[in-house]
Amino acid sequence: MTPDQIFQLLIAGVTIGSIYALIALGFVVIHNVTGVINLAQGEFAMLGALLAITFTSETALFNRAFTVNLNLPLLLAIVLATLLVMGVGALVYVIVIRLSRTDSVIVQIIITIGIAIALRGVALIVWGTDPYRLPSFSEGPPLQIGTAVLTRQDIWVIGSAFALMLLLYLFFQRTMIGKSLRACSVNRTAARLMGINVSHMMLLAFVLSAGLGALAGIVIAPKTFMGYEAGTYLGLKGFVAAIVIGGLSDERGAIVGGLMLGILEILAAGLISSGYKDAIAFIVLIAVLLVQTTGILRRGTPSQGAGV
Amino acid sequence: MKKATRSTPQEQTSLAVSSPARWCGYWRGIRSQYPNLAAFVLLAGMLALLPVILRNNYQISVLNFIGLNTIVTVGLALLMGYAGQVSLGQAVFYGLGGYGAGIIAQRTGIPPFAAILGAAVVTGLIALLIGIPLLRLRGHYLAVATLGLNVIFLLIATNETDLTGGPNGLAMPGDLSLGTFIFDTDLEFYVLIWLAALAILALSLNIVNSRIGRALRAIHSSEIAAETLGVNTAHLKVQVLVLSAVYASVAGSLYAYWIGIVSPSDFSISFSIELVVMVAIGGLASIWGAIFGAAVVTLLTEFLRNLLPQLLSGASGEHQIVAFGVILVVIMVLMPEGVADKFFIRATGSLKRIRAWRKRQ
Repeated sequence: MTPDQIFQLLIAGVTIGSIYALIALGFVVIHNVTGVINLAQGEFAMLGALLAITFTSETALFNRAFTVNLNLPLLLAIVLATLLVMGVGALVYVIVIRLSRTDSVIVQIIITIGIAIALRGVALIVWGTDPYRLPSFSEGPPLQIGTAVLTRQDIWVIGSAFALMLLLYLFFQRTMIGKSLRACSVNRTAARLMGINVSHMMLLAFVLSAGLGALAGIVIAPKTFMGYEAGTYLGLKGFVAAIVIGGLSDERGAIVGGLMLGILEILAAGLISSGYKDAIAFIVLIAVLLVQTTGILRRGTPSQGAGV
Repeated sequence: MKKATRSTPQEQTSLAVSSPARWCGYWRGIRSQYPNLAAFVLLAGMLALLPVILRNNYQISVLNFIGLNTIVTVGLALLMGYAGQVSLGQAVFYGLGGYGAGIIAQRTGIPPFAAILGAAVVTGLIALLIGIPLLRLRGHYLAVATLGLNVIFLLIATNETDLTGGPNGLAMPGDLSLGTFIFDTDLEFYVLIWLAALAILALSLNIVNSRIGRALRAIHSSEIAAETLGVNTAHLKVQVLVLSAVYASVAGSLYAYWIGIVSPSDFSISFSIELVVMVAIGGLASIWGAIFGAAVVTLLTEFLRNLLPQLLSGASGEHQIVAFGVILVVIMVLMPEGVADKFFIRATGSLKRIRAWRKRQ
C-alpha cells in the first residue's frame, strides 16, 4: 500500500467521517438539552435524503402507484426536505417529551426506537425497497491531488459539513438562543429560573438535530444509495461517534469521534477486510469503553445508576 | 428508581421470614409463594389444554415462538428489571445457542441434547468473559456496547463462511432426537419448548424470591447502597448476565433444531430490540410480565401480519412495521411502567380488597 493510496483512503474516511460527525452532533445536542437519547437520529438522515431525491428527480411512489416529477432546483429541494424533516423532529419532541413525561431513560429510548421503526416503515411504504441516488451537486471532473482523486461531491460533503459545524459553533457561542440552549444543558432548573423557556429550548434542540441529520443524509446521498434502511447504520455509527470521545455530552468530542470513526473504518476496510467494515465502529467503542468507562474526554464521576 | 421500591404483597411476606421456630418460617416461606404457585399451575394447565383446542399447526408454531421468546425474556427481565443492566444484544446469546449447537453437533457428532448443553456451557463462558469487563459500564454505555456486540456477532456469522455457513445460514446436521424418539412435529416441539420454559420460569421465580433476588433489587435501586450492605454487586451482575445468556442459548438451540436452519438474519439487532420491548411491556421487574410481554409482542406481530391485509386492501408487511412502531410508542407513552404491571397491580389490589372484605365478615 503506497502513501498515495493511504491518502486516498484518508479522503474517503474524512468524507464519511464528517457525515458521522453531523449525526453525532444531533445526538449530543438533543442529549445535552433534554437528556434523551434519540435513536431515531439516523432516520432523519434517511428521510432527508429520500425527500430531496423525490423533489429533484422523477420518483415512483407508493409501490409505483403514482410518479412524482417535481424537478425542483436542488437548493430549493434541499431546503424543503430539511424543513420537512425538522417538522418530523418537532413531532418526535412532542411524543417523547410532551406526551410521555417519563423520566426513565430506558422507556425514552424504547419510545425513540418505536418512532424509528415507524419512520422506517413509512419510508418503506412511500419509497419501497428500491435504493435511490441523488445526482452530484455539481458536474465536472474530479480534482487530482498527487495521484489521489477527490470527487466534487467529496468536496461538497466535507465543505458543507464543516460549514455547518462552524455555523453551529457561532450559533452556540454568539447568539442569545444558542447561549440559552447551552444554559439548559448545564442546568435546566437554573436556566428556567433565569427566565429561559426550557420547553421551547427542548423543541429547538430536536428541530436542530433533525435538520442536521437531514442535511447529513442529503449531502451523502450522491455518494451512496439511499433506501428506507439506510438510516439504521448511519444512526448507530453517529451514536458511537458521539459516545466514544465525548461521552454523549461534548460537541467537539462528537466531531472528532465522527471523523476518527470514518477514517478508521475506511482504513480498516482498505487494509484489512471490507467484510468487517461495519464492526470497526463497535470494536473501537468497546475497546475505548473498557479503558475509560465514560468516553475519552469525559472526566469526573460517571453518571449515577442505569436510570432504568 | 421508582419501580424498585414497588413490592408486591408476597415479597413483603417473604421479607418478614423471622418467626421464632424455624419450621414456622419455612412454612411462611412456602405460603408467600402461593400466588406464584397458583399462577404457575394455572399457566401449566392452560398450556396442557391449548394443543387440544388448537389443532392448527400454524397456531402451535406461534405458541412455540411465544415459548422461545419467553425463555429469553425471563432471563432478560432478571438482567434488566432486577439487576438494572440494559442489554441490547440478547440476540447474540440466542444466536450462540443456535449456531453453537449446530456447529458442535456437526463437528463432534455428539447427540443433539449434549450439543445443546455444550452450546449453553460455551455461551455461559462467553457471557462470563464479556460480562466481567462490560458490566463495569453503566446505563447507555452498556446498552450501546451490547448493541455493538450484536453487530460484531452478525458480521462474524455472515463472514466466517467455513464455520457458520455465511449469509445462507447453517443447516442443522440432524434431527433433535432423544434415544430413538425424534422430535419432528410442531406439537412435539411445543411440548419440549414449553417444558423448558416452565422449568426456567420456576427457577427464575425462586431466584427472584430468594436472598439473591432481594440483593438484585437492591442493586437496581442503588448500587452503592447495595455494596455498603455487603452485596457483592460485581459478582452478582455477572452471574445474572451468565444466567440470562444460558437461558437465551437454550432457546436459540431449540429454535435451531425446530426450524432446522439458522442464518444471521434470525439474530438481528431488531430481534434484540424486540426482546427489550417485550420486557418493557411486561414492566421490567416482573417475571410474569416478561411472559406477558413475550406473548403480546409475538401475537401482535402475527396478528398485524394477518389482519392488516384484510383491513386495508393491498396492505402488506410494510404496514405491519409502521403499526408495530406506532403501537409500541403508544404503549410506552401511555403506560411507561409496562402493561402487565398495571394489570397485575390492579389484580393484586382487588385480591387485597377481597381479603379485607372476608376479614370483616
